[in-house]
Amino acid sequence: MSFETPDFSLALPEIWLLGAICVVLIVDLFVRGSRRSVTFFLTQAVLLVTAALAITTQWGVTETTFSGHYVVDPLAAMLKATLALLVVLALAYTRPYLEARGLLQGEVYLLALFATLGMLIIASGGSLLTLYLGLEMLSLSLYALVAYHRDSRQAAEAAMKYFVLGALASGILLYGMSMVYGGAASLELAVIAEAAASEEPPLLLLFGMSFMLVGVAFKLGAAPFHAWVPDVYQGAPTPVTLFISTAPKVAAVALFLRLLVDGLGPLHETLQPMLLILAAVSLLLGNLTAIMQTNLKRMLAYSGIAHAGFIVLALAAGTEAGHAAALFYVIAYGIMAAGAFGLIIVLSSAGTEAEQIADYRGLNERHPILAGVLLLLMISMTGIPGTIGFYAKYLVLKAAVEADLIAMAVLAVIAAVIGAFYYLRVLKVAYFDRPEVPPEGSQKPTGPNEGSVGEGEGATPSRPDGAAGTVLVPGASLPIRALLVVNGAAVLVLGIFPERLIALCQSVLGAG
Amino acid sequence: MLENYLPVLMFIIVGLVFGALPLIAGFVLGPRRPHPEKQAPYECGFEAFEDSRMKFDVRYYLVALLFILFDLEIAFLFPWAVVLEDIGLFGIAAMGLFVGLLVIGLLYEWQKGALEWE
Repeated sequence: MSFETPDFSLALPEIWLLGAICVVLIVDLFVRGSRRSVTFFLTQAVLLVTAALAITTQWGVTETTFSGHYVVDPLAAMLKATLALLVVLALAYTRPYLEARGLLQGEVYLLALFATLGMLIIASGGSLLTLYLGLEMLSLSLYALVAYHRDSRQAAEAAMKYFVLGALASGILLYGMSMVYGGAASLELAVIAEAAASEEPPLLLLFGMSFMLVGVAFKLGAAPFHAWVPDVYQGAPTPVTLFISTAPKVAAVALFLRLLVDGLGPLHETLQPMLLILAAVSLLLGNLTAIMQTNLKRMLAYSGIAHAGFIVLALAAGTEAGHAAALFYVIAYGIMAAGAFGLIIVLSSAGTEAEQIADYRGLNERHPILAGVLLLLMISMTGIPGTIGFYAKYLVLKAAVEADLIAMAVLAVIAAVIGAFYYLRVLKVAYFDRPEVPPEGSQKPTGPNEGSVGEGEGATPSRPDGAAGTVLVPGASLPIRALLVVNGAAVLVLGIFPERLIALCQSVLGAG
Repeated sequence: MLENYLPVLMFIIVGLVFGALPLIAGFVLGPRRPHPEKQAPYECGFEAFEDSRMKFDVRYYLVALLFILFDLEIAFLFPWAVVLEDIGLFGIAAMGLFVGLLVIGLLYEWQKGALEWE
């Protein structure tokens, strides 16, 4: 067996990131001070350089190295830059929240960096081995991040559920990979694609594909593999929730594109019915259950499941336009989710969590700018024209109709209309409801449908008190609020001028 | 035909002798001074039989994890050392990278006080 020295320069973004992580780790060990400014700014700089490296060294290159385990193509370059920038956005929100709760330690940033490295590896995965390596690197960091607030019972419970279910999903994915390896006799996705494209593909491939789909659907949070989503979104510290709902979702789509399009794309006809079931269940379950939520984080979790349904629908179309629509959708969702959870972070101060929808009563009178951001984010998630959410849904539906999935497209529209109810309800609370002022010296009034839903599902124990009279005081500093406003404005600007991002998504997936 | 399997037979015999001889030697030659502690079944770090709902020292896991880490590193170093001539400078650099990453991890553990027992 001959040994060939791999071309290291192709993997420059990952190599840079790993080296930089080691430096950040050591610097963080020796830096004093509780604000972790050095770690924070170093982390952000490292991520920005990673994004720049991905664009400069990998854009326009199509090659493989490390014996085919590592793929460089425009899709990888674009995914890496997007992932790194989304992580920058997500981490920018973290500091005030964590500092107010005594959780601000360098490890948050290190774990986020390791998770980012895992996601970059997924984006460039050319074999089952690399993809699994990246996925585990991402998942293990996320488990630790969810459990980060270790004195919080909710966070511990969420992390436990996430870890057990995540390990199970990884196991199932790995089982599917072993089947595919058995069927194709290779770990390399290019070889697997050849085996899958043969006249009679081995049954093992189909078998393995179903199992791998379960693993990918779990990471994407698509129903019926969504059980972890609500608890983790609600239980994790809000900055961690924000992080989980942005870049790792993009990584999950990347995982799908690599594993089930690059690898097993020729078997799409068999895969499509399964994807359609996933999409239908996610759309209905996500939107219908979100209606009943009183906790905003939990509601956004169910809304995330519904969005996952749209993404799966786009992937089910199986065309290049569909893949591009999924990519665009997940990036749009990342920006919207970052804004929504960022708003919760901004409105939470030490001691209060702005997570009950009832807490937002009268937000418009007290903080009109923040209410405006909430308005933008909610109508964007609904999919009203003029916002990025509209184009995301539009592209998905267009791809679905072009692939003759008209019934599914109709279902998706109906689900989106159902979804409009709970998004608009948040706006109604923020704009038209009077804030309740708790009577002096008596117990705080409890909202009419307070806290019963979460427990009814056997979910996380409810929060200590019904804080339905809490007057929200923004705890975040001015730069973070400004960032939130920029984030909200981005939803609008990208909604008015989406062409470049859409064209980019289409060009990297070969759908000109 | 059958003599082809002679090495297997030899291997079994050597394996048996190799496993049994130290036990027998210890049994015959060793001094015997029984003590309840000594006669307890061996289990690292814990009582072998007790209530499962008990407090345990989390530091034990830190040390155990560190041990496993460096133990595996050794297991990785042996095959590397055998083929070192063939893989040359690239092999040395690769192992240097691997050990370097472990050293950074060790530095982290050390600085965070994970190696302090008290």
